[in-house]
Amino acid sequence: MPLAREDIASRLAEVGYIADRDLATALWMMDFLKRPLLLEGQAGVGKTEVAKALAAVHGAELIRLQCYEGLDQNAALYEWNYQRQLLAIKAREGAGESAERIEEQIFSEKYLLERPLLAAIRRTEAPVLLVDEVDRADEEFEAFLLELLSDYQVSIPELGTISAVTIPRVVLTSNNTRELSDALRRRCLYHYVDFPDVDREAAIILARTLGVASSLAAQIARLVAAIRKEDLRKAPGVAETLDWAGTLAGLAIEDLRQSPEIVHDTLICLLKTHEDRARLTRETTQRLIGKVA
Amino acid sequence: MAQACLTLHDPALGAQSAAKLAAFANVLRANGFAIGLAESRDAFAVLASPAGRRPVLLKPALRALFSATREDWRRFDEFFDAFWRGKGMRKVQPLRGGAAASAGQRRPLPPSFAPEAPPGAKESAARDDEGGGASTMGDRRDAASSAEALESRDIRYIADPLEMAKVHALAERFARRMRARLVRRWRARRAGPRLDLRRTVHHSVAHGGTPIDLVWRRRKLRPLRLVLLLDASGSMELYTAFFARFLHAAVDAFREAEAFVFHTRLVHVSSALRERDVARAVDRLALMAQGIGGGTRIGESLADFNRWHAARVINSRTAVVIVSDGYDTGEPERLGLEMQRLARRARRIVWLNPLLGWRDYEPTARGMRAALPYIDLFAPAHNLESLAALEPYLARI
Repeated sequence: MPLAREDIASRLAEVGYIADRDLATALWMMDFLKRPLLLEGQAGVGKTEVAKALAAVHGAELIRLQCYEGLDQNAALYEWNYQRQLLAIKAREGAGESAERIEEQIFSEKYLLERPLLAAIRRTEAPVLLVDEVDRADEEFEAFLLELLSDYQVSIPELGTISAVTIPRVVLTSNNTRELSDALRRRCLYHYVDFPDVDREAAIILARTLGVASSLAAQIARLVAAIRKEDLRKAPGVAETLDWAGTLAGLAIEDLRQSPEIVHDTLICLLKTHEDRARLTRETTQRLIGKVA
Repeated sequence: MAQACLTLHDPALGAQSAAKLAAFANVLRANGFAIGLAESRDAFAVLASPAGRRPVLLKPALRALFSATREDWRRFDEFFDAFWRGKGMRKVQPLRGGAAASAGQRRPLPPSFAPEAPPGAKESAARDDEGGGASTMGDRRDAASSAEALESRDIRYIADPLEMAKVHALAERFARRMRARLVRRWRARRAGPRLDLRRTVHHSVAHGGTPIDLVWRRRKLRPLRLVLLLDASGSMELYTAFFARFLHAAVDAFREAEAFVFHTRLVHVSSALRERDVARAVDRLALMAQGIGGGTRIGESLADFNRWHAARVINSRTAVVIVSDGYDTGEPERLGLEMQRLARRARRIVWLNPLLGWRDYEPTARGMRAALPYIDLFAPAHNLESLAALEPYLARI
């Protein structure tokens, strides 16, 4: 029986992920309809974090497949342990076994190396499968993934068809570096992850960082929101905000106004390119602090 | 809201609400949402579940189910409110970028996109008729209409609509040829130094496990991706129609090509160019790029491109081709900065400047000067020959 939507939201909060209502609904539907969930959004908005939190909520294992250009089935699904197979062939030949017998032996479970996708459908407890940055993989791989996600079975020529023991909860993330196929999009539920609003970001800071007072958390959230509005090459993500909040807590800062110098110096947690760093001058920082604090 | 609540609270969940949901799915389909039968079926399942009785939940639930892109995600609320709560729009919005919609209300082309580009064309044709064929135009007389002669002539001087049509056809053929050659090179170069253990072992089974037939892993090269940015401002008028054809053929022929047109702002025109019929494609291109005049803001258009499109359309094997005369009414510093950003992403930047083919032209326009340091290849593009010279360069990338 899938968890009710409210339960999902509160349990996500317990494991430190503050979800908005839409996301909680999408996660509930994922369980209810047994469909994969496609998360899109800019880098750093916490897409990968959703899968981790989901695994924690269900007490399930998280299996992660990081996609990249050139990812093929061997790296994603299964691979034979060739070195071991070659050794076995030689050893068994020496023992005088017949070719058929050897072949039968070396293409058995013992010589099979599980890769993330195969692992995900062979667990007895349904895991959370995170297919990260699926847009980086090639179109061929995407087509293969689609097939796996609709049938939940794979065929290994030497072994036969392997059907899923349990249906994993599948979360796909995309950064939009390439347009995904319509078929894959249709197969999935869709959720667009945006930067959290100020209140939610403050709640996230409180939930994830120790030693930050709620007034400081609100200030940080407001300042980060203001920084995101500046014309930057790379807007700071939630992870960066948390780093920065942690840093400020470590420096025992209670109010941003109290030490604008330190605030400016620690902005390296948020701004990761030289250009952005140069753009946010001391004066700009002062002005932003004055506006939000 | 009231009506939606009534039907949704109905414990029997009768045929009425099912029919309404189906109608809603139809509205979305008509507006370009990709909704299949499986999605409708799942929507009924959601409607029949406890969540279905709470309209607050129904909206996010159906949104997650029916949307497939960010655009869908953004527009969904509007449709949902309009349909279930009777707010806002009543009628189905016209299909986004749909061919059917534009066919009915086709407007005349702005002059720069019309197939007979040079303003002198009509005039000269008329004079021809009057003079009983006694042509006075010098460039018309020596226009031996063989392809070679056409290829080397500046587009500006081609006055005859018939010849112009020929040049356009050549531009298209040329773009296709370019693609064929590029892809051939890609296949011929397939060879690599690594052993493919998987296949080698597979082949060795026949020999009782001795790997006699070695299988080598071949390098798979991806074909070049082209991103074309075409300046459609007034100063480029004489060349725009010609390059619109070239763009059309290139987007059609390259599996991976994207096209943009800019003047004071940037427009993504790939979808219009995928139209097979040239005339209609160029027609739609013209509609999308309306607003010509008021100068060229190359810097700002590039900024738009860098900010919203670059991450999506540029990969590690992308050549960006900018077709522009470099007359920028914006700040040259801005253009320089954006060119620098673009150069960091793209494999190569080719700037085609039709003026470069003119005798004694020097790139003295301030914008052009600011952009020059970031350009890998600065080439003329005033005739077909100059375009053809581009192909060997791109094949080497």
